[in-house]
Amino acid sequence: MDKDQDKILDEVTTGEYKYGFHSDIESEQIQKGLSEDVVRIISAKKNEPDWLLEFRLKAYRHWLTMKMPAWPNLKIPVINYQDIIFYSAPKQKPKLNSLDEIDPELKRTFDKLGIPLEEQKHLAGVAVDAVMDSVSVKTTFREALAEMGIIFCSFSDAVHEYPDLVKRYMGTVVPYTDNFFASLNSAVFSDGSFCYIPKGVRCPMELSTYFRINAANTGQFERTLLVADEESYVSYLEGCTAPSRDENQLHAAIVEIIAEKNSEVKYSTVQNWYPGDKDGKGGIFNFVTKRGMCRGENSKISWTQIETGSAITWKYPSCILRGDNSTGEFYSVAVTNNHQQADTGTKMIHIGKNTKSTIVSKGISAGKGQNSYRGLVKILKNASNARNFSQCDSLLLGDKCGAHTFPYLEVDNQTAIVEHEATTSKIGEDQIFYCNQRGISTEDAIGMIVNGYAREVINKLPMEFAVEAQKLLQISLEGSVG
Amino acid sequence: MSGNSEVSEKYLNLYRENIDKISSISAPYINSFRSSAFERFSKLGIPSKKDEAYKYTNLNIFFDHDYRSYFLPVASDFIKAEEFRCDVADLDAHGIVLLNGFYPTINDKLRQLPSGVWIGSINEAALRFPDLIEKHYGKYADSDTDGLVHLNTAMASDGVFVYVPKGVRFNKPVQIVNLVQSEEDMFNQHRNLIIVEKDAEFSIIICDHALSPKKFLTNAVTEVYVGESAHFDLVRVQNEHNAACKVTHTFIHQEKNSITSSINMTLHGGLIRNSTYHFLGGENAETNSCGLYLTDKWQHVDNFVNVDHAFPNCTSNQLFKGVLDDMSTGAFNGRILVRPDAQKTLAYQKNNNILLTDDAKMDTKPQLEIHADDVKCSHGATVGQLDGDALFYLQSRGIDKHEAKLMLMFGFAHEVIQNIKVEPLRERMDNLVMQRLRGELSRCASCVVKCG
Amino acid sequence: MLDINNLKVSIAGKSILKGVSLHVKPGEIHAIMGPNGSGKSTLASVLTGREFAEVTEGTVTYMGNNLLEMSPEDRAKEGIFLGFQYPIEIPGVSMVNFMKTAVNEKRKHHGLDPLSASDFLKMMREKKELVEIDSKLANRSVNEGFSGGEKKKNEIFQMAMLEPKLAILDETDSGLDIDALRIVANGVNKLKKADNSFIVITHYQRLLDHIIPDVVHVLYDGRIVKTAGKELALELEAKGYDWIKKEVENNVIA
Repeated sequence: MDKDQDKILDEVTTGEYKYGFHSDIESEQIQKGLSEDVVRIISAKKNEPDWLLEFRLKAYRHWLTMKMPAWPNLKIPVINYQDIIFYSAPKQKPKLNSLDEIDPELKRTFDKLGIPLEEQKHLAGVAVDAVMDSVSVKTTFREALAEMGIIFCSFSDAVHEYPDLVKRYMGTVVPYTDNFFASLNSAVFSDGSFCYIPKGVRCPMELSTYFRINAANTGQFERTLLVADEESYVSYLEGCTAPSRDENQLHAAIVEIIAEKNSEVKYSTVQNWYPGDKDGKGGIFNFVTKRGMCRGENSKISWTQIETGSAITWKYPSCILRGDNSTGEFYSVAVTNNHQQADTGTKMIHIGKNTKSTIVSKGISAGKGQNSYRGLVKILKNASNARNFSQCDSLLLGDKCGAHTFPYLEVDNQTAIVEHEATTSKIGEDQIFYCNQRGISTEDAIGMIVNGYAREVINKLPMEFAVEAQKLLQISLEGSVG
Repeated sequence: MSGNSEVSEKYLNLYRENIDKISSISAPYINSFRSSAFERFSKLGIPSKKDEAYKYTNLNIFFDHDYRSYFLPVASDFIKAEEFRCDVADLDAHGIVLLNGFYPTINDKLRQLPSGVWIGSINEAALRFPDLIEKHYGKYADSDTDGLVHLNTAMASDGVFVYVPKGVRFNKPVQIVNLVQSEEDMFNQHRNLIIVEKDAEFSIIICDHALSPKKFLTNAVTEVYVGESAHFDLVRVQNEHNAACKVTHTFIHQEKNSITSSINMTLHGGLIRNSTYHFLGGENAETNSCGLYLTDKWQHVDNFVNVDHAFPNCTSNQLFKGVLDDMSTGAFNGRILVRPDAQKTLAYQKNNNILLTDDAKMDTKPQLEIHADDVKCSHGATVGQLDGDALFYLQSRGIDKHEAKLMLMFGFAHEVIQNIKVEPLRERMDNLVMQRLRGELSRCASCVVKCG
Repeated sequence: MLDINNLKVSIAGKSILKGVSLHVKPGEIHAIMGPNGSGKSTLASVLTGREFAEVTEGTVTYMGNNLLEMSPEDRAKEGIFLGFQYPIEIPGVSMVNFMKTAVNEKRKHHGLDPLSASDFLKMMREKKELVEIDSKLANRSVNEGFSGGEKKKNEIFQMAMLEPKLAILDETDSGLDIDALRIVANGVNKLKKADNSFIVITHYQRLLDHIIPDVVHVLYDGRIVKTAGKELALELEAKGYDWIKKEVENNVIA
């Protein structure tokens, strides 16, 4: 590529992070650091029942025995857990009776992010749970959904209002012993979303959680639990942003999904945490455990993720296909630009008969970004007629970045068919030239080509968010191609 | 120690107790590597399933056992080795026989073939060609993770040395026959060094056989240097028995414009682990790494391949295929590493497996690590059954289902075999594989062991 | 030779053939035409014994035997040949080995000794010349890396080798240029004898310029809706399939 093109590519790839502002909202915080006392304080602040405190303490004690995983293809600086504030909540009246009582600054923050909390103003057909720092601040359309028997509320509310459901499902898919960050989350999680779709109900609107980190020096540890009872359907979306800060912030979340017989869950993520600046300063450490269990026959869980943010991403949204004829899907686009690192992928565990899984992963590396796909497809002995197809492609924009593929295929059944394909290539100069020849600028050509490359995944998103994801993809790659 | 500490302790003691004996019959230069290799082995230990590179292979089955160790060759043992005849018809090759890792004492320990090619004992070569040995010995075999490489360096005392001088195009292959023979269960290690200088051409066949029905454990390291514009082909035929365990580590270092191929044919063995490391150390180098494994009963075969693209414009191909029967298990771990600035790399990797029974199991891990952008890399892996469409196509031409399945399996295997350039060997392999797929006897006719 | 009576077939629960009857006598060439999705390839699959097609009703008698009870290979050995619409690539299996096995299996079935290697190679040569196939094709793996035209020519070559009594050519003309089309058609014409029959499945008239059918059937929505002489093909070429569709729909309403 010639100099001019380099320059254009450079311009295209130095887009600014547009959610980097921070809001002056008074927040209530606890002391820095982590101890059994801190766990007790968090639980007390949330006025939790004893069983939940017990769960937290067991998790905390287990966490103390664990080490940070060393296997990801990531360079993670040492994290000082005594330097993190584990609980921060926007100060507000203890009980919110109407929207007017929300701190206006907080409302402005979500307006700025394009997430209006007033229901009438909101995108038609999307219910939102807004989570600021560690606490759910407002859930829209809660009443309307309740009429259909759908429960959509903050995790804390669920603990008080639906303790039996929470007790029955929490930790069944991601046990508190699961991994280092899952144990940490289980000990200190502050809030998150809870969703239950009753038998036979198709949720009529998209449910979404919007996560925002605002306060400095805090970690965010939310927990989402989503239960789709028999014959139900729900499409769920989460988005996330954070202010630009020089220091790294830790985000360690858990998402658990349970899909009962004949139910279907679509879970989409547009992850746009602050990625750090051009030189790799600051940014969120996004260490997330997401897992779904297809418990019943014919159930289906589909993960779609657009990962453009975070300094470091470590997440593997997975499916345990326990029910016969159940289906798991994973569609992912992960972008790493500048100094971003991502080690992401999925696990498909085939236990039931005739289970199917599909994996489509599109990695895009630019700048000095390092992008790894890591995936496990495991066919257990009794999972007869299991099928898996995986396609993991990497696109490289620039000669300082890296793209890596680490699939694990473990097959213990003769009737299984497991196929994995992967390719790695650079953006085609002939493609760019072809666009140029038709009068399209290099900048637009790259956007087009990258979006075309990611289309298969973006198409899986709900319509409103597909457009947003496309723009996001273009912005996050600005300044990356060389 | 990250490995398996209890089992490792056995081998640490074995070293401590025998190092004097080993050193007494070895060349000083080879001895000079031993203590530091021992240090590294004591840090790494015998690999366990916790080691990423051995995730799917349990070495303990063979390593956690009391063997007689073969440190000093006994002249009388070699009589049997002398009688060994390879049964590959029409194979015109220069033969070398190693018994329990040692070069026979009876013959010349080093002999010169036409055109100035030397073959013989590495221990002898260390005395006769100190310059060559010092330039190459221990320069390519290295691993930050695999203690077995260092265990070999610490304790191996003999093996094969081959030297092909600059510009020599040596058309006749050299065949190394590794025999193991003992009346007791036995552990042995040997170390080969093959030097193919600039513009030279050379082809080698390594055959592994077990001559007695005892439990055998072999841990072998082969270092290969392939000079600028040189050509080198390696075919390894593994046809031992179910009580034999073979762990091989092959390090092939290539200079610019060189072309190599390595083919591992694993037909029989209890536990086999082949690690092949290809280092493309100059521009326009090309390497082809293939493997075929046919397993049954309780056998386990693990192929580990590492292709390191360190320079631009190099090409690599990996093709590994397996047919797994009964309750046998297989593992494949292939890695392509493209270093920064290794632009215009072409790297391909394919691993296909067929499971014939519900009890057979295959774990595969094809990996790409890419740090340069102007590259074309791809990999694919499949585990499954025979292609139903192809089966129907054959049946629709009047071929019985059973026969059609055999043809497809043979075709599947032949994709690897066809890469063998030495024609009599290729035919022999086709033959052996067909017999093996038909469930007929697959061992070489001269094998004394009733397998299975 | 072949009698199909009221054949009903479904695939994965979906009804594809809804009562097809067809009678082919020795020496006849039948053309089956019809729009996409009308069931033409399904018919070919049923006749050759592909498992996914489930016969729910009707009979197929071939040379006095119940064809539906025979395995695919036995049908082939009894003289049924399918020219595949999409010939399958089989890496690693050479054409020579493939054909030798097929020819000798058939000979064994008919109580003949296997051909010697030299007789077999001679036969390959003769048949190659007959169908004007490039000799290099035969040395490669089955269909691997063949162009579309080469694959179709290879099907005709195999037909010549196996000398079928009933050959079913499933859209053998699709994807062929004029020269390849001529080679395929000539192959068929040379192999045509008084006692063997062909079912030529095609979309277009153009193949039928070279292979003159005795009977033309139109298959539409799982039924044979029209049967006539070779002039029907010309009419279809000129007028398309719409008028047939209309006729059928009108009949249904009437």
